Amino acid sequence: MSGPRRVAVLKGGRSLERAVSLRSGAQIQAGLERLGYEVHGLDAGTSLVPELLELKPDAAFVALHGRDGEDGTIQSLLEALEIPYTGSGPSSCARCTEKVLAKQLMLEAGIPTAPFLPLRETSIRDLGAGAALGAIEADLGFPLVVKPAKGGSAFGVKFASDGHELPEAMVGAFSYDGTILLERHIRGRDLAVSVLDGEPNHALPVVEAVPREEEFFDYESRYEIGMTTFVCPAELPAETTTRAQQLAVEVYDLLGCHGFARVDLMLEDGTGELWVLEANVVPGMTETSLLPQAANAAGLSFDELLERMLASAFDRRQGSAGHTK
Amino acid sequence: MKSSAMREMMALTERPEVISLAGGLPDTSTFPAEEFAAVMADVSRDSARALQYGPTEGMALTTRCIAEVMAAEGTKVDPSEVIVTTGGQQVIDLVCKTLIDPGDVIVAEAPTYPGAIPTFSAYQASVEQIEMDSDGMPIDALEETLDRLAAEGRRPKFIYTIPNFQNPGGVTMSLARRRRLVEVARERELLVLEDNPYGLLRYEGEPLPTLYSLDSLAAGREGASDLVIYLGTFSKILSPGLRLGWAVAPRPVLEKLNLGKQGADLCSSPVTQMFVAAYFAHGGSAQSSWLRYVERLRDLYRTRRDAMFSALEEQFGEHAEWTRPEGGLFIWATLDERIDTTDLLALATKQGVAFVPGRAAYMDGRSGSSSMRLNFAGVSEEDIREGIRRIGRTIRTQLDLLGSLSGRPPEQRRPAAEQPPSADRPMADVVALPPRAKPGSGRRSADR
Repeated sequence: MSGPRRVAVLKGGRSLERAVSLRSGAQIQAGLERLGYEVHGLDAGTSLVPELLELKPDAAFVALHGRDGEDGTIQSLLEALEIPYTGSGPSSCARCTEKVLAKQLMLEAGIPTAPFLPLRETSIRDLGAGAALGAIEADLGFPLVVKPAKGGSAFGVKFASDGHELPEAMVGAFSYDGTILLERHIRGRDLAVSVLDGEPNHALPVVEAVPREEEFFDYESRYEIGMTTFVCPAELPAETTTRAQQLAVEVYDLLGCHGFARVDLMLEDGTGELWVLEANVVPGMTETSLLPQAANAAGLSFDELLERMLASAFDRRQGSAGHTK
Repeated sequence: MKSSAMREMMALTERPEVISLAGGLPDTSTFPAEEFAAVMADVSRDSARALQYGPTEGMALTTRCIAEVMAAEGTKVDPSEVIVTTGGQQVIDLVCKTLIDPGDVIVAEAPTYPGAIPTFSAYQASVEQIEMDSDGMPIDALEETLDRLAAEGRRPKFIYTIPNFQNPGGVTMSLARRRRLVEVARERELLVLEDNPYGLLRYEGEPLPTLYSLDSLAAGREGASDLVIYLGTFSKILSPGLRLGWAVAPRPVLEKLNLGKQGADLCSSPVTQMFVAAYFAHGGSAQSSWLRYVERLRDLYRTRRDAMFSALEEQFGEHAEWTRPEGGLFIWATLDERIDTTDLLALATKQGVAFVPGRAAYMDGRSGSSSMRLNFAGVSEEDIREGIRRIGRTIRTQLDLLGSLSGRPPEQRRPAAEQPPSADRPMADVVALPPRAKPGSGRRSADR
């Protein structure tokens, strides 16, 4: 047989999302084995690179969430080792992972993203930036979402409904990253659009996540089966679906994603406006994850989805920003 | 299950470079390897038996040792009323399996044993938590809860309590409350699950009678309680690796536990049961060697506890309050209410230190957010000092940041000049959580 046979699934690692990554990795490994690949699961620890050098895989399937896996670290290493890998390249990973940069790029490109302000811990310590809080509050308005600039899975994401809750929320978020975002809270419906190269219009059907009990789509409900109800395709007016998919593809292109990515959006109550929250270059692949659900709604089985994702390792155009010419 | 985020975070604390004050570990390095070998050699003399299945209720040679351990705490028990289990944890599971249908009520302390939370959740129990003070669970508060439940037509299946050196609170239920708890249980015919893993690990003060012994006294039948299910374990006085615990229970409950255990694992390991028996037989007559080992552990843990007390005094100072356990493994510390210890843990693991965030001890996964459980037993004095120093640094980092953001100085949990809380000082606001905001010091104070 020709083509790649030996695939290393990179999973685990040191990030807070380690457990989710291990679950994604396990699903991916099982699927690739069903497809007949020689699969090696590698937990991204101190011996990862020696293990890769010894294994000499035909491709690496990146299932690492958070630090190392989504910020471009692993992707740069794999390029140095000349091992083809799934998904976006280092620069795109960096753009997507740094929420501040991603949102600034979106604003410049005219893509609607919730009004926000970034704050660095050092600016509070060294520049007295705390004194600007009043002005920031007046500018953005409450309630505010406070989130670490890096990381996914809602770790350290806080709500502040007024000025007295804000310091506590900020200190909480600073526990996870030296830079945080204060973002105007958009009340509405949680939507996710996965983009997959090779799909018509590149976008998969829209998924809506409906949290069951938490007021906020938090870490627990995101990963515990039964905590969240998923609706796919989301029940939306046709033009909203089209617009959400268009926005997702625009963000995907803007940030230079490759192969696949998941773009999270909010559909604002009342106004019906769509706001882009962020793009994820290593979407979850667990049993409750959104990308597999969206693919399923588009008629792609989990294993077919894996084949498509794996193919992204081999059609990378050097120096190309996105999938469009 | 609300605690998955915490579980993910705890997974990161298991890295070797992290000083973990999070575990529930005793120090097993103190058990002499030669003695282990000698005991195992004894076990091997009856290898065919050790390698065979055993009776579900446990081997008689082991239940005799259990009766000896309980006697050392002043509790008389008939070895035939004992069921040997796979760790004390299995007792909690079996009691839930036997008694709890989804929605049934369990009354527990607040905070409660973090390891019981997933079990209670798995059986879909509805858990009512009673806030403790320095004397453990206040029985008047328990009665209020029972009255309220009765008014709702609900009756708890059992009351779960850890009377000695509570995990995670570190407090001990007073004698008066023990007596009253037994009275209340008898008046209302309620079962009590008495979880007593650390009773023999007392570093100061007088031992108190177990609820089991008080209830059998009240029943007029020494060594046979009507309403108390007693949970014991070898994990903290000998070794958790043996995976041996036990329950002593009223006959009807015992029979159901036995049935449940048959379904769960048929029997606990005869190898480790025989290890216990051989170990208890070692050292001859004068004083049992197992008690000498417990004495050694007491000396070791007392020193470590005191090391943690002084490290806390030095590093947490006026920014926290903590309990003063007379025994056991844990101290419960409560910080400025604006600090969330789950977030603090994210920062602390980067500094190479870990603890259990207070939320882990609450069913709702939200209360206890400013508290933490610290283990002093399983780590060296040096690591205790360094670990507390690192946590202290992260607390100060967060308080400084809070100060710059809110324009007011960090809330002092107690005046700097005040003496550390002594054992007899009321500590309601040390243990009770979330700490009640004092007028003028709370987040929603009048200055806004």
